[in-house]
Amino acid sequence: WESFLPSRVLVQPVQLICLYAPAYHLILEGILILWIIRLLFSKTYKLQERSDLTPKEKEELIEEWQPEPLVPPVPKDHPALNYNIVSGPPTHIITVNGKECINFASFNFLGLLDNEKVKSAAQASLKKYGVGTCGPRGFYGTFDVHLELEERLAKFMRTEEAIIYSYGFATIASAIPAYSKRGDIVFVDEAACFAIQKGLQASRSNIKLFKHNDMADLERLLKEQETEDQKNPRKARVTRRFIVVEGLYMNTGDVCPLPELIKLKYKYKVRIFLEESLSFGVLGEHGRGITEHFGINIDDIDLISANMENSLASIGGFCCGRSFIIDHQRLSGQGYCFSASLPPLLAAAAIEALNIMEDNPDIFQTLRAKCERIHELLQGISGLKVVGESFSPALHLQLEESCGSRENDVKSLKRVVDYCMNSGIALTQARYLEKEEKCLPPPSIRVVVTVEQTEQELDKAASLLKEAAQSVLN
Amino acid sequence: LYKKTFIEHFEQAPMYVAVLTFLGFGVGTIFGYLRDFMRAWGLEKRNVATEREQQKDFVPLYQDFENFYTRNLYMRIRDNWNRPICSVPGPQFDLMERVTDDYNWTFRFTGRTIKNVINMGSYNYLGFAETDVNALKTVTIELQKYGTGICSTRQEMGTLDKHVELEKLVAKFLGVEDAMVFGMGFATNSMNIPALVGKGCLILSDELNHTSLVLGARLSGATIRIFKHNNMQSLEKLLRDAIIYGQPRSHRAWRKIIILVEGIYSMEGSIVRLPEIVSLKKKYKAYLYLDEAHSIGAVGATGRGVVEYFGMSPDDVDVLMGTFTKSFGAAGGYIAGKKDLVDFLRTHSHSAVYATSMCPPVAEQIIRAMKCLMGQDGTTQGLQRVRQLGKNTRYFRRRLHEMGFIIYGNDDSPVVPLLLYMPGKIGAFARRMLEKNIGVVVVGFPATPITESRARFCVSAAHTREMLDTVLNALDELGDFLHLKYSRYSKSSHPELYEETRLELED
Repeated sequence: WESFLPSRVLVQPVQLICLYAPAYHLILEGILILWIIRLLFSKTYKLQERSDLTPKEKEELIEEWQPEPLVPPVPKDHPALNYNIVSGPPTHIITVNGKECINFASFNFLGLLDNEKVKSAAQASLKKYGVGTCGPRGFYGTFDVHLELEERLAKFMRTEEAIIYSYGFATIASAIPAYSKRGDIVFVDEAACFAIQKGLQASRSNIKLFKHNDMADLERLLKEQETEDQKNPRKARVTRRFIVVEGLYMNTGDVCPLPELIKLKYKYKVRIFLEESLSFGVLGEHGRGITEHFGINIDDIDLISANMENSLASIGGFCCGRSFIIDHQRLSGQGYCFSASLPPLLAAAAIEALNIMEDNPDIFQTLRAKCERIHELLQGISGLKVVGESFSPALHLQLEESCGSRENDVKSLKRVVDYCMNSGIALTQARYLEKEEKCLPPPSIRVVVTVEQTEQELDKAASLLKEAAQSVLN
Repeated sequence: LYKKTFIEHFEQAPMYVAVLTFLGFGVGTIFGYLRDFMRAWGLEKRNVATEREQQKDFVPLYQDFENFYTRNLYMRIRDNWNRPICSVPGPQFDLMERVTDDYNWTFRFTGRTIKNVINMGSYNYLGFAETDVNALKTVTIELQKYGTGICSTRQEMGTLDKHVELEKLVAKFLGVEDAMVFGMGFATNSMNIPALVGKGCLILSDELNHTSLVLGARLSGATIRIFKHNNMQSLEKLLRDAIIYGQPRSHRAWRKIIILVEGIYSMEGSIVRLPEIVSLKKKYKAYLYLDEAHSIGAVGATGRGVVEYFGMSPDDVDVLMGTFTKSFGAAGGYIAGKKDLVDFLRTHSHSAVYATSMCPPVAEQIIRAMKCLMGQDGTTQGLQRVRQLGKNTRYFRRRLHEMGFIIYGNDDSPVVPLLLYMPGKIGAFARRMLEKNIGVVVVGFPATPITESRARFCVSAAHTREMLDTVLNALDELGDFLHLKYSRYSKSSHPELYEETRLELED
């Protein structure tokens, strides 16, 4: 039993190893074993020196923390706090704050707001469907009126398909993020409206602003992008590119140079998204918008988005284009999938408004004549300059010289507006969120031309503005 | 803390169900790859719209992979969604008959309508989606007077006297100082949260919040942290860590902390644990934003939402938000609270400056529905509707539990999700229910987790006992046929012994 002693079992193999293994091997093994023993017994250390807080300190921190108030207090004389209250419908003759005025402030370009046929179509729809749709489009919120309106819009604009949204702002703000994702590139005009800016922010794409209506600046940006692409062709092959422009700009009243944009589109392979809220129902021989105005094939524009709240005097918005593009929004447009659909009475009103537009194509000519007239009449007012194209129904009147600060400008313009309102012309200042806009336009008075205003009324408005500018600004 | 018992169910299905669900998706995916392969090699016709010839060398607009799920799995059962209707979305409606000749790629209308389908899908909780001439009298008058459009924003020329009237009424209804209304419910969240919080603030949002809340939170630029659904320990831990450690990396204190929750979650049917959240918010000095899209009008003894349901005061919640689409049968949203809050929103909300205001006939519908609920029209109809909804909800849920289905959510919520789990059953369930003249809503991935596809019922005060019984009998039959009764709790074998009166709550 001596041979089973542990020493025997242990010692003999070790002796064999020491005999047959070379010396350097033994030394190396020995060093490794010592190193492992050292590592096993040494203290672990953290990369960052972080002093752990004691529970008492944590409670103190919680006690001491004071948040800001939920909302900062709003001064009582904030210019936007007290709204103008309109009693009754905002039609051609409008009662603002108790005073009857001629309406030069609502975007009722074709005068369809109090059209009897539109109202009776809405009444019929109300009797049949009630008011609300009680559901999003996917869950029994699709009514036959919605399908009819989409078909009619697609036929009117001569595209394959159209999709309607229940709110004008949400239309372009949901359409852009449906196509443009993180990593894609969007070239957008500086004067783009706020809804476009929010859509771009939600999309998380790279935004490149180009100077307003400056095609040379846009081409420069496109060329820069091209050189970037050549450095990394694999990435370039999957990066989508878009140009977002408006047909008639809300903030400046001028049109975008669409023919040049089409040339740039095919040269640099970018897709064009066109926002036609102001130009739908205004430009073009039949009111089809800026593509008809310039005589461009509508298939060249990838997506046209517009809201129905201006010319069609309803609520909501639509996008139209080829089925390849529009169908995608039915599953990925957030304002479409996750929101209740448009109330049927508003859809019926929009269909009737479209009927009127198709039956009376001469109202567009009449509107254009009135726009040109007032554009001419407003020239030469001392102290105010007209900003906008001659055929644009939504003009801006800006101060020729600023009074020092934006606040003072706003105050002077308010005095002009009040003078006009007291004498029977309802005007409004263009409102912006000063801290949120990317390129804040200067303060201005909005002048809106509608087809219902007579020539006397246009003359009266122009002379009243001259008087107001004289008395206030001099 | 809780004055009534708070019963919520989230039963787990047996393991074999999860296995079969994954198997179902696996088979679908394999066939999807096979089909894509056949389409790529021209063996099968391509039904989907394609890019223009002139633009073929542009960067492709959609990645093939992004649309895999849509092309191969969603397309098979696509006929269960977007079903067009042609009547008022009341307790019963008429569907347009829609057939497909090429397996759901295109649809065509036969011109016939399927009449009197029982509506278990529309959000018509109090039954205000009606076409009764007397009920809509004032709406008709206002429509004739005002027309349908506004053509201006709130801050410019778009504030009508109707809006002022409506806002006062909403404030009175909710018991707060002031309120502001907006034209679209989705936009109310996405345009006002960025006005309230910005960079340097912290948003603590529930896992299952609606897309509009998530979009509003993202657009605001604040840091977002997510806590587990209705889990107060998770929320408290996040609050403590936020205050103790401050902003990441710089350790500066947060400017403010806001908690985003919903009253009733529309996919789960669960009700928020409001008393606990309010006590947490008071302890840690955070602000609470409550989105009552589904709960306003639907819970509470007089229909004033979860605040009333839990017997709390509306001053406890900093921002009360809701929509008028569900219980009031109209469209739009509101935010209510202290006067300072509403004044701030009047000047700084994106919607007030850039978006059109609410249309007058819709505003009138809300006014008349709210007056009815408050009893100001001289009848007790409003209160009756709320009580009827409560009765219907409890009856429906109790019977479904007895039958052995797995139902999620709180016993008092009118949103009833019934779990289907397997992808094949989604299509079968919806189609067979339509054959029995009942319209249901089914939801699958990506609106729900991949293994938890469900059918969602919305109980309405306008449903009569007969309609509910018809639906329940149909569900019973179908549940046996499709093997949907997964619940492991013992079913009552004598349902007729349970009387209605035993379960009446004290009002």
